[in-house]
Amino acid sequence: MTRSGFDTALENLNEDLLRMGSMVEKQVHQCIEAVVNRDEELAAQIMENDDMVDNLQREIEDKCIRLIAKEQPLAIDLRTIFTISKIVTDLERMADHAVNISKVVKRLKSEAYIKEIVDIPRMSVIVEKMIKKALDSFISRDVDAIQEICKMDDEVDSLYKKVFNDLLAIMAKDSSTLNQGTQLILAASKMERIGDHVTNICEWTGYLVTGKHMDLNE
Amino acid sequence: MEIIETKDLNLYYGENHALKNVNLNVKKNSVTALIGPSGCGKSTFLRTINRMNDLISNVKITGNIYYEGKDVYSEYDVIDLRKNIGMVFQRPNPFPMSIYDNIAYGPRIHGIKDKRKLDEIVERSLKGAVLWDEVKDRLKKSALGLSGGQQQRLCIARTLAVEPQVILMDEPTSALDPISTLKIEELMDVLKKQYTVIIVTHNMQQAGRIADETAFFLVGEIVESGKTEDLFYKPRDKRTEDYITGRFG
Repeated sequence: MTRSGFDTALENLNEDLLRMGSMVEKQVHQCIEAVVNRDEELAAQIMENDDMVDNLQREIEDKCIRLIAKEQPLAIDLRTIFTISKIVTDLERMADHAVNISKVVKRLKSEAYIKEIVDIPRMSVIVEKMIKKALDSFISRDVDAIQEICKMDDEVDSLYKKVFNDLLAIMAKDSSTLNQGTQLILAASKMERIGDHVTNICEWTGYLVTGKHMDLNE
Repeated sequence: MEIIETKDLNLYYGENHALKNVNLNVKKNSVTALIGPSGCGKSTFLRTINRMNDLISNVKITGNIYYEGKDVYSEYDVIDLRKNIGMVFQRPNPFPMSIYDNIAYGPRIHGIKDKRKLDEIVERSLKGAVLWDEVKDRLKKSALGLSGGQQQRLCIARTLAVEPQVILMDEPTSALDPISTLKIEELMDVLKKQYTVIIVTHNMQQAGRIADETAFFLVGEIVESGKTEDLFYKPRDKRTEDYITGRFG
């Protein structure tokens, strides 16, 4: 016996989740591109695209609640639907942080950069990989993979500390760099938060597979 | 405290090995649901508890079932046993007599003749099955005029009339509409304060709503048993998961 209609609905839900994931991954990638290239047009595009992410989140949540009502799922099915509805919340927050980062572009005006922007893009490269891996491990219910993703988040945290200290040193020497320094620290801290949300997704994968809550953000 | 204990219970219908090494303990004042696909042995197990299989030829039973610590097959008289362990069936089966007489039937058989005493039992039993308010003005009318849901509650009241300790229910709501089903389900929550209920159900949501413990039967074996919420949330065995998520077989 199979539940083909229900299984198809679950597969569609997974596909929607991956679609939302790649949207967010793109937003994360582009917000840093906008900062590095001071591309106000791209920054504006990111803010506009955020509505699409929000709409997809609502659409997925709506599908989840309808599936619960219609199919009355149990065990792994129930945990799958519940965790998807939790993960889309994390993805939506990540997209919000990408919007916050892109707002930095406007605030920096046309000031020359006080240092070459290297580490924040590095953070972004790792975070983008983390997003992809986290969603893959959710779909394949691969709990082993989530430890690796958490190690990547440690790298993001270290890079954030480095960015913070570097910029602090520059600002301490020259108060005219305060605006730019603060904005860049803000961008880096938002990227660090995006990494934390990815570890939340990993926690949900752990919960899906084991039925127990994990804390990976320590 | 465990009111029913089962130890290595095996049952054979001729060559057919219908129950295989069943070990299941049932706590007093709890609701235990038995779930599993058709033909998996759950009804057979239920019927074994109050010896409903006694009259079926070719049945061989090994192992033990204990009710309050005594073996139901060797240490009880079957009449006494069934007074303590009542049964409600899938389809309501009221006797073709009045509502009052349906309830008074059991106590009369057990020797109660006093009208006032019988009145008391009828009222208490009907109240116990949450049927009293609906029928108190027509106790002398035929039970066959009641709706399906009322008839099933009448059958529960009839079981309560002989003051059992355990009530076995074999899919008691499968022939009922959702409202009558809900009434029976709510009734179980009340009943377990005083009685122990063991229920066979095909309705997983029903087991989830009413049962404290659930046991999953498959081809005569108990694959898994435990707290209902654990079983429906994160079953230990893949076969249980496949069954409750509808991906069995």
